[in-house]
Amino acid sequence: MTIDWIHFTPWLSLGGGILLGLASAAFILVNGRILGISGILGGLLVPRLGDIGWRIAFLLGMAASPFVSSLILPVGYLEVPRIEAGYIAIAIAGLLVGFGTRYGSGCTSGHGVCGLSRLSPRSLVSTLTFMGLGFFVVYVMRHAF
Amino acid sequence: MQHRISEFLVGLLFGLGLILSGMTDPGKVVGFLDIFGAWDPSLALVMAGAIAVGFFAFAFAKKRTANFFGGALHLPKSNQIDKPLVIGAVLFGAGWGLAGFCPGPGLVSMASGQFKGAVFVLFMVAGMQLFEMFSRRLSQPK
Repeated sequence: MTIDWIHFTPWLSLGGGILLGLASAAFILVNGRILGISGILGGLLVPRLGDIGWRIAFLLGMAASPFVSSLILPVGYLEVPRIEAGYIAIAIAGLLVGFGTRYGSGCTSGHGVCGLSRLSPRSLVSTLTFMGLGFFVVYVMRHAF
Repeated sequence: MQHRISEFLVGLLFGLGLILSGMTDPGKVVGFLDIFGAWDPSLALVMAGAIAVGFFAFAFAKKRTANFFGGALHLPKSNQIDKPLVIGAVLFGAGWGLAGFCPGPGLVSMASGQFKGAVFVLFMVAGMQLFEMFSRRLSQPK
């Protein structure tokens, strides 16, 4: 293993992580909800009366974030995203992520941030599993052949 | 109305956190998952920062019975480590490694006008819809 010092952004990532923690804290304490993106989005596919507005409001806030960040941050402050995957890989990934997060009751936010924060054994198992698979798939794609 | 405004603001804060942390850059995510190559440890710090704050928030939330607006505090009750939890995480992790997108960053990427982000979200929603059909079939009496 070597460290990729060129792309390593310790302070930005720690700062961004703290914002994610603050958002999760605000959501449970102010709104009484677990901040889990797959659950918030997936719940819209089985809409129930009185259970729609908060999801839409949250998702609209998220959708506004690229615009707001472009107002706050100077141009070129953040790296331009690198998307290596082709369209077929992205489509397969989307299906796996959509089905898997709903079947497993959560994703990086719900299990990885909120679940680990509240010391849930379920979320620990989930996080170790999806991270393990992530390591494995990237290893196979980049180094196995 | 104040509920909707606070939810909007939390969503905005969360999106800004994703952007700032590098989670919306699939190259950075895959760089973190590539422990056998040139490893980018950034995302470990994202988790550390988020959990450092979240830990105290949830410890506080567990002692409370109502949220700030006086409504219910929806904390998960399930403790069962079952097959759906693990199989779901396996499928999710495989997809995460394949493209470097998880649900939140996918949505933010789409909102930033990234076409590949939009394609990801389209198929992610399709995957969620497939799950709904699958779970409806499972719950039907045979």
